[in-house]
Amino acid sequence: MSVIEAKTPTPDGNNRINKILTWFGTTLGQILVSIFVPAVTFLVLWQGYLFLQRAQAPQIVQVLVAIVWGVGGVALLYVVTNWLVMKLPKKASRVLQPFVFVGPAVAIMAWFLAIPVFRSLIASFRNYLGTEWVGFDNYIFAFTDPRMLETFRNNLLWLVFGTAFSVGLGLLIATLADRTRAEVIYKSIIFTPMAISFVGAGVIWKFIYTYKGTGVGIQEIGLLNAIVTALGGTPQPWLSLSPWNNFLLIIIMIWLQTGYAMVILSSAIKGVPAELLEAARIDGASEIKAFFSIIVPYIKGTLLTVTTTIVIFSLKTFDIVRVMTGGNNGTNVIANEFYLQSFTYNDAGKASAIAIVLLLLVTPIIFNNVRQFSKSRRGF
Amino acid sequence: MAKKTLKTAKEKSAFWNNFILIVICVIWLIPILGILITSFRPSEDIFRSGWWQVFPHKENVEVERIVLPESVDLDGPFEILGKTATFEEFRNTVELDDGRLISWYGNKRTRTAIVSERRWVGFATNLTLKNYSDVIGGKTISYKNAEGQTITRTGNNLGGAFLNSLAVTIPGTIIPILIAAFAAFGFAWLEFPGRNIIFTIIVALLVVPLQIALVPVLKDYVSMGLNGTFLGIWLAHTGFGLPLATYLLFNYISTIPRELLESSYIDGASNFTIFTKLILPLSVPALASFAIFQFLWLWNDYLVALVFLGEKNQTVTIAVASLVGEKGQDWHLMTSAAFVSMILPLLVFLGLQRYFVRGMMAGSVKG
Repeated sequence: MSVIEAKTPTPDGNNRINKILTWFGTTLGQILVSIFVPAVTFLVLWQGYLFLQRAQAPQIVQVLVAIVWGVGGVALLYVVTNWLVMKLPKKASRVLQPFVFVGPAVAIMAWFLAIPVFRSLIASFRNYLGTEWVGFDNYIFAFTDPRMLETFRNNLLWLVFGTAFSVGLGLLIATLADRTRAEVIYKSIIFTPMAISFVGAGVIWKFIYTYKGTGVGIQEIGLLNAIVTALGGTPQPWLSLSPWNNFLLIIIMIWLQTGYAMVILSSAIKGVPAELLEAARIDGASEIKAFFSIIVPYIKGTLLTVTTTIVIFSLKTFDIVRVMTGGNNGTNVIANEFYLQSFTYNDAGKASAIAIVLLLLVTPIIFNNVRQFSKSRRGF
Repeated sequence: MAKKTLKTAKEKSAFWNNFILIVICVIWLIPILGILITSFRPSEDIFRSGWWQVFPHKENVEVERIVLPESVDLDGPFEILGKTATFEEFRNTVELDDGRLISWYGNKRTRTAIVSERRWVGFATNLTLKNYSDVIGGKTISYKNAEGQTITRTGNNLGGAFLNSLAVTIPGTIIPILIAAFAAFGFAWLEFPGRNIIFTIIVALLVVPLQIALVPVLKDYVSMGLNGTFLGIWLAHTGFGLPLATYLLFNYISTIPRELLESSYIDGASNFTIFTKLILPLSVPALASFAIFQFLWLWNDYLVALVFLGEKNQTVTIAVASLVGEKGQDWHLMTSAAFVSMILPLLVFLGLQRYFVRGMMAGSVKG
């Protein structure tokens, strides 16, 4: 098995080297090497970690070291563990090797996602410091407190209007663009906001909604107020007008997500057989009728997937609200209330209860995913 | 005849298709155009007028100022350039017969009237790169605020934040891909107890909201000293990105023909060799798709960076967000900062759109 085994010493070779090689072949040597190699690996990684912690070098050097250390470290860990397992007796190595491959991934997912579900569940029944059991108190807060009811209302608005407009507009653009020659250009333009962060989009739209106040000679610099003024209206502080400010925030989500819906739906529409549409047209069906009775039923599955993805997105919406209003003026949402409870008010109990509520909201989707997966992988 | 009407009808509908799409595209682009133009304007100009004023338009331009002598009684009607009106009327702007406008400057005691004329103003704006150099650098900067006062303060060091974002995203993209590729190979081709159930759990984890993990993991990080470190945020992003990465790569790797692997096993190759010499090169398209996906997601991430990195080693999203929070009116800095934060993802995105779309299609189950 071993790479360094020296079974046949070359007769005219250097005696000393041969001796060393044979020594490495012995069990004791093997064990020592098996300890030595991981120890050196660990030491190298630890030194890198200390270097990054001390952080004295110029930033660009630190960043480069961080990148090399992080990526190289992970690769090295795999090589070393695999090497170690291969040194074991054949039978043990056969049993253990799959775990070298899947072990790290499973361990990290367990630490960061699977186990936290249970830890949050436990924390949600304990007080704000996690020192005492409080029964269902946190859930009573989560389901009855006016703050929470406001977030539920707003998330419902996000879910209904955000999803409907993103999917609806995406479908409209995908269908129309399919029949034009400049399809690629239109689609790229609508798709571009996907690359922009919610924080960046927040700045972009905050500038559109900005308000300078009333007074003689003040010229509005926000696009929305400029349009309103040009049409003879009075400028408004849009982001503090409840409940309409929610819709102004939802527009940002639509701006960002329509491109996603459009791209996926567009490829589904291209899969609709042309003969089917041609036949309908010959039978005298109008374009609109053909759309609803042929295209829509044909792409139903894709439509459902896209809608589900955007629904999940709308439930977890956070960045936009955080940057635009901070959740004030009646715009709070579940994920922002979670953030406030855990990091502003330091109430781990309430925060965990809210996180569990979020999890409950996506549970139907989880079940559906698992069912779909087991159906498609019966021979797994 | 019939053929001709059909053709014109088709042309007509094509016209309307294009028309609607152009309108939507213009609406989609205007917000980006607005901040792009604003980011190049001097701060005083931004506060004075909307960004659309850089385009040619008609505007009242001051042509002269008239200071009235003390002898003119401002309480009654008086005359300026042959037009008689009261002070209140002048203050609300009076139009002369030739189209010029007279308005009052400041309060009554200034005794000054401004004569202006509607003129075409074309691209006559001064554009500047100062906003960018101010916001990227970390040195002391000064600029004029909305009230015309000069403000002097420290710059936002967005350049440093940019480097931090790179330090978060590059390993944060490569590490989960590497780990997921190993795992996907294990799940697809190796036999071990619990394989089925573990993979089903991974599928379930695909849409678990990461909020569930923030409080417990942060607790671990504080006790391990990982809070605020790059290692900490790489691990977090790895944890949150792994289910999707493993799922996508599994779907891809499990379609590699069995014969290809079997012949390699017969040749005596070990699992590790097969993985590095055969599976990894074959999976490059899938790896690339996910890499772009993860890169954009990390670069644009705000929540995870806010919780695990905070103000120490701040990323571009955090730098921009805190700029919005503290100085809600410094549009010249906010817009240029937003643009700096957008430039890299936009380039990656526009350059590698095809791979991105492919990854998105495959991963449309994730939330």
